[in-house]
Amino acid sequence: MKSQFNIFHNVDKPVIILYLILVSIGWLSIYSADFIEGQSGFFSLQTSYGRQLLFILTAILAAGAILMINARFFYSFSRIIYAIAILLLVSIFLAGVEINATRAWFRIGGFAIQPSEFAKFATALALAAYISNIRTKKPTKANIYKSIVIVLIPALLTLMQKDVGTTLVFSAFVFALYREGWISGIVLFMGGLAVTLFILTMIFNEFIIIGVLASITLLLMFFLRKRQGSAIRLIGLFVLLSVYVYSVDLAFENILQAHHKSRIEVLIYGDSDLQGAGYNLHQSKIAIGSGGFWGKGFLQGTQTQFNFIPEQTTDFIFCTIGEEWGFVGSITLIGLFLALLLRLIALAERQKSSFSRVYAYSVVSVLFVHFAINIGMTIGLVPVIGIPLPFISYGGSSLWAMTLMLFTLLKLDAERLEMT
Amino acid sequence: MHIQRNTNQHTHRKTVFSAIILGVSLLLLVRLFVLQIADPSYKAFARSNYLRHVTDFPSRGLIYDRNGDLLVYNEAHYDLMVIPGQVGDIDTLLFCNLLNISVETFESRLLQARRHSRFRASVFERQISKTTFAAFQEKLFRFPGFFVQPRNLRKYTYPIAAHTFGYVGEAGPSVINNDPYYRPGDYIGISGIELAYEKELRGQKGLRIRMVDVMNRDIGPFQEGRHDTLAVAGKDLHTTLDANLQLYGEQLMQNKRGSIVAIEPSTGEILALVSSPSYDPGLLVGRQRTRNYRALQNDTLSPLFNRALMAQYPPGSVFKIVSTAIALQEGVINPGTRHNCSGIYHTRGISIRCRDHPSPVDALSSIQHSCNTYSSILFQQTINQPRFENIQQSFDHWRSYLESFGLGQMFGSDLSYELPGIVATSDYYNRIYGERGWRSQTILSLGIGQGELGVTPLQLANVTAAIANRGHFFTPHIVRAVDTPDNLQNRFGLANHIPIDRVHFETIAKAMQLVVEEGTASFSQIPDVTMAGKTGTVQNPHGENHSVYVAFAPVDNPRIAISVIIENAGYGSVWAAPLASLMIEKYLNGEVNRTWFEQRVKEADFITATP
Repeated sequence: MKSQFNIFHNVDKPVIILYLILVSIGWLSIYSADFIEGQSGFFSLQTSYGRQLLFILTAILAAGAILMINARFFYSFSRIIYAIAILLLVSIFLAGVEINATRAWFRIGGFAIQPSEFAKFATALALAAYISNIRTKKPTKANIYKSIVIVLIPALLTLMQKDVGTTLVFSAFVFALYREGWISGIVLFMGGLAVTLFILTMIFNEFIIIGVLASITLLLMFFLRKRQGSAIRLIGLFVLLSVYVYSVDLAFENILQAHHKSRIEVLIYGDSDLQGAGYNLHQSKIAIGSGGFWGKGFLQGTQTQFNFIPEQTTDFIFCTIGEEWGFVGSITLIGLFLALLLRLIALAERQKSSFSRVYAYSVVSVLFVHFAINIGMTIGLVPVIGIPLPFISYGGSSLWAMTLMLFTLLKLDAERLEMT
Repeated sequence: MHIQRNTNQHTHRKTVFSAIILGVSLLLLVRLFVLQIADPSYKAFARSNYLRHVTDFPSRGLIYDRNGDLLVYNEAHYDLMVIPGQVGDIDTLLFCNLLNISVETFESRLLQARRHSRFRASVFERQISKTTFAAFQEKLFRFPGFFVQPRNLRKYTYPIAAHTFGYVGEAGPSVINNDPYYRPGDYIGISGIELAYEKELRGQKGLRIRMVDVMNRDIGPFQEGRHDTLAVAGKDLHTTLDANLQLYGEQLMQNKRGSIVAIEPSTGEILALVSSPSYDPGLLVGRQRTRNYRALQNDTLSPLFNRALMAQYPPGSVFKIVSTAIALQEGVINPGTRHNCSGIYHTRGISIRCRDHPSPVDALSSIQHSCNTYSSILFQQTINQPRFENIQQSFDHWRSYLESFGLGQMFGSDLSYELPGIVATSDYYNRIYGERGWRSQTILSLGIGQGELGVTPLQLANVTAAIANRGHFFTPHIVRAVDTPDNLQNRFGLANHIPIDRVHFETIAKAMQLVVEEGTASFSQIPDVTMAGKTGTVQNPHGENHSVYVAFAPVDNPRIAISVIIENAGYGSVWAAPLASLMIEKYLNGEVNRTWFEQRVKEADFITATP
């Protein structure tokens, strides 16, 4: 059978095409952001677009290699890969270097490598393996706690490296657990409610929010008065939320580090403190906002070309797209991501093993959280949290890790028939 | 090893998850729509981020005298500017030390600039000295957001004609709000020529749009400089002033309160415009302007008050040349009409004193000896003419003559802040005495130039010029030509005719010549120059009488007409006439030979000497 030797046999073509488009958009944006007139050399490693080209080529080679590996390898070696990832995260504390106030990097030659990017991949594999090994119809409480611990270990290690952004990304696995039924919809809802209340507490006085919550509770009690015991549950929920809101306020005032606090304040209070914490967000919004409908054109963005935006090639790469390609470009990029995510959900749903499905959902969730937080922060919907836009942002670690995750998923999908 | 087979429960959760993804994407899109399409402010932010509007200030026009002598020019200085939005973390202490200001001053000025505009340049420190500028220029790169703007300050060749030049200051909020040309910190003429010719003098500001990067480094012109405009230098002004005469007049007027106005009758050009006491125009320039202005404002001698245009005096006996000309035109007297003068004139309970002089007098000798009796009689005869139905009609007729001389109204010339003087109307007397309550004797004092009459020195000089011209005058003005000396202003070229026949003016001129040759001003004759003049001694209820004199010369071909008023100096023949004769001699001969005479006038002191 000829197809046996074709590494693209059964591999999902739409995903590969979307991947290539996104990586190309990313490279063009980095080129524009780092472009200096009169300076040449696509292949020069002096420029970020030259290095990114190298990262893209090696990432594609790595993707090809993954497609040649037997899919069972990932299941069999999931624990070992996870263990290596944890070991790397720990060794950061011994041999790592600090970049941008985050101690999350190894330096090898001229390149810095961020193990936490690969830890997401390892965690996805380990979680998928663990869940697929539980044969009972319903997981026990111990099973659930263990699965959470698998996610928490790397999350806490990155938090200890002061890499809050990556730590937050680990919360993405909640979606995978939810899909498998390990976490109920109420937990997801409560999680969403907690985040919403957190942001509202930053904006309004905590007593106003508690007051609003109390009136909602009273209204619900009135409408549900026929139902037995609903009043007690509603009051319980109200008390719980009030305590949460109050403690969030306390924590914000007393525990949060100054720079995190100021980033949140910047988001809440709008364009304030423009020279300090608010500078990035303000310049980012100017870049995207000034793009208008059609954008200013490739290499024509004034914010981009005159370097008004810090972290322009990495975390704030979306500014370049928003400024130079306008609303049309923004819509296109969001459409591409949406297409990729929905396609990956479709792939996940057609898996016949729960290992593949859990892994696939983990990948979708991680990509989704990266996508939502990164773009959200550049337009002022989310506090400025330093995480890259997958496939677009400059950086080898991020690109390789995301490519690894995506093509492992494609390989599992390609072999789903043989998995039975 | 065995991989667990798919136990696919909870498939509906796929939909929930997809919905969350779609919902979040929609949220992003809505936010992007608001940022990129609905809210235009970010486009402005982006422009102000990388575009710098650099203003090039043109040099202000120069001011010359009638002989091409440079009177007012410019000197460069530097303003330290700030764009608050670009001020980063700078070494505040070093900055403050360089400028020699306190940190509190620094903070408050920055805050003030920020309140004005975050992206537009404001003046941080005005007119820094050259040494500060040099020290600052070296370290400027350490203070992003600050830059130095070269500007011009006025300089004066001679410390003269302060009132006439006026001064330049920063445009105030009312100007800025009404005229888009002016921005805070821009200079504008505030009084005098600087105000009247602001549009000509200021030129046109140039604007260059430069692109800068995040480090505020200049990248180059925006769109190849397509929107840039060049500064256009202000136009020069060629004034009618004779600098030598002006300077001489100010020297003669030292220690005196009053004014001199000299006009060239054939053109209406003002040769000298002296208001005393005056000040050095250089005092109202630069950083010290406000302080000096306040000091001048508080000076009890009010040096800022431009007496030549704004002081309104009753003209006194000088007015007889006007009232006699009117009476001649009205036919109530002729040159040969004689009246006796007993030293006092009585009419219906009113009496007016006169000086001791030969009697009887005719029209000429009444002016020569300044006879109050004769003037009173001819005034009453003029007002009591039977051809008028009532006194209102006859008075208004008489009054219209005064208006034709330019009295009681402003010339609307190129002089700032002139006052119209006072010439009462019949309505005024109706209000006071009732319509039937006043007769010619009620207003008899008008006949000798007292009463409800207020005349500015400029008006007085103009009346003299009109007589010198035998019946017409050109609106007195201060600027001959704009831009080049040949580019004459033609708006002052039309003669204003007085409805009195030339022959009557010849009579007046002859009488005035008698005043100088055999009359009240004979003491002030100029060797080899024919002069026609009239003295006046203005009663002053507040103190010593004002000394007044008007004259023109030479009599047959007048080149100068002059009015001199010296407050509290007594008789016109004693001080004003000699001073005027010196001015005329200086102007016609270029030098003054009567040095003892000159000495006497210069040394006269009516300010510190008066009790």
